[in-house]
Amino acid sequence: MTVSVSLTVNGEAVSADVESRTLLVQMLRENLGLTGTHVGCDTSQCGACVVHVNGDSVKACTLLAVQAEGADIKTIEGVADGDTLHPMQQAFHENHGLQCGFCTPGMIMSALDLVKNNPAPSEKEIREWLEGNLCRCTGYHNIVKSIDAGAAAMRG
Amino acid sequence: MYNFEYKKAGSVDEAAGIVGADDEAKLLAGGMTYIPTLKQRLAAPTTVVDIGGIGGLDGIAVDGNGVTIGAMARHAAVAASTDVAAAIPALADLASHIGDPQVRNRGTLGGSVANNDPAADYPAALVGLGATVQTNKRTIAADEFFTGLFETALGQDEVVTSVSFPRAGKAAYMKFPNPASRYAIVGVFAAQAADGVRVAVTGAGPCVFRVGEMEAALAANWSADSVANIKVSADGMNEDIHASAEYRAHLVTVMAKRAVAKAG
Ligand SMILES: Cc1cc2nc3c(=O)[nH]c(=O)nc-3n(C[C@H](O)[C@H](O)[C@H](O)COP(=O)(O)OP(=O)(O)OC[C@H]3O[C@@H](n4cnc5c(N)ncnc54)[C@H](O)[C@@H]3O)c2cc1C
Ligand code: FES
Ligand code: FES
Repeated sequence: MTVSVSLTVNGEAVSADVESRTLLVQMLRENLGLTGTHVGCDTSQCGACVVHVNGDSVKACTLLAVQAEGADIKTIEGVADGDTLHPMQQAFHENHGLQCGFCTPGMIMSALDLVKNNPAPSEKEIREWLEGNLCRCTGYHNIVKSIDAGAAAMRG
Repeated sequence: MYNFEYKKAGSVDEAAGIVGADDEAKLLAGGMTYIPTLKQRLAAPTTVVDIGGIGGLDGIAVDGNGVTIGAMARHAAVAASTDVAAAIPALADLASHIGDPQVRNRGTLGGSVANNDPAADYPAALVGLGATVQTNKRTIAADEFFTGLFETALGQDEVVTSVSFPRAGKAAYMKFPNPASRYAIVGVFAAQAADGVRVAVTGAGPCVFRVGEMEAALAANWSADSVANIKVSADGMNEDIHASAEYRAHLVTVMAKRAVAKAG
């Protein structure tokens, strides 16, 4: 079965005809060419695919595209302001919050959802929040530092 | 994933009608269990009926008796609800430790209880508090609802619409989480529930169960020491790479002690 899905992605209205089994992450990557959202697992555990759906962070690999019909989606491509990195991206850059970078889009989308409700998270709160984001490179320490610095920069 | 027909239900009756007429049709709520199942090709439904668009299924209402939570209420909404935290703090606390933030942003109470994963958290709260499950057809006591491994009392054309949790005296939930998924290796909900002391265990066996000996000891004397020497048998307990049956049996006593201590 084919379904027509219309979304707002990073502020732009888009639509595509996809199979009903198409995952949101597949539609983003394969139909819309937004390959910043990654797929790191088959078990909904790694968080490389995290995007915002109507403002909340969700795993784009565990949501059918058609379930998101009409939703407002934000991906990592929609975070920077032109060539100027978002303060959270800049903080990852400055604090060595990435090595291979595979997990980074998901980490940043997850971090932005955390600071939305908790602008000054403690180290413990950051670590707990990252339960759904796996990183095979950094050992997490610099990711936690990055999010702390990014949150501080966003507070101004 | 095998392909299927997708239908967005406009009402509970419509959803129940579709799954009632076709054994191979399946409801989809938050999808945090069912979509991974589809991805692994462990299911091949004819039709997936999305109940996420049905209005009025995600409410949280508090009255003198307790809290009634709609089937589509997300774990994050229950965890963040000041009403739930005021009426039954152990319930909000339990919801806040399900999976990870992204799982909590999509996963629902109805999906969790209908799925009855042996390691799920909510079944411990339902049985630990003596809750009742409301469906489109009837009301089912939690003690009768969870019938076995991934099995419930629900019929094919039955949709969970809400769960009512009665207020409790002291109550707390403690789990020993799986380090990767955060599912319970063993979780214990201990409560001075509306109808007496209840101790409900999830993760350890094929299905949530109560420990009568602990309940009697706590009814006589509510203290962690009362359960410290009560052992449960390892016979029939779950066993996997994370924990043997003997270890799970041991954890039941440890988590029960910690839950009672946490409840105060
Ligand atoms: C990485 C990860 C970690 C997790 N960790 C935990 C954890 O620590 N603890 C825990 O308890 N859970 C955990 N879960 C599971 C999570 O809580 C699920 O959200 C929940 O089990 C199912 O809810 P859902 O809304 O996602 O249901 P779905 O996946 O949509 O549906 C699950 C099943 O229930 C049926 N169903 C759904 N709604 C209804 C209804 N209203 N009436 C009748 N049948 C219905 C569906 O047909 C399906 O068979 C985890 C999941 C993931 C992916
Ligand atoms: S790709 Fe791993 S959680 Fe989505
Ligand atoms: S930087 Fe390589 S996985 Fe995180």
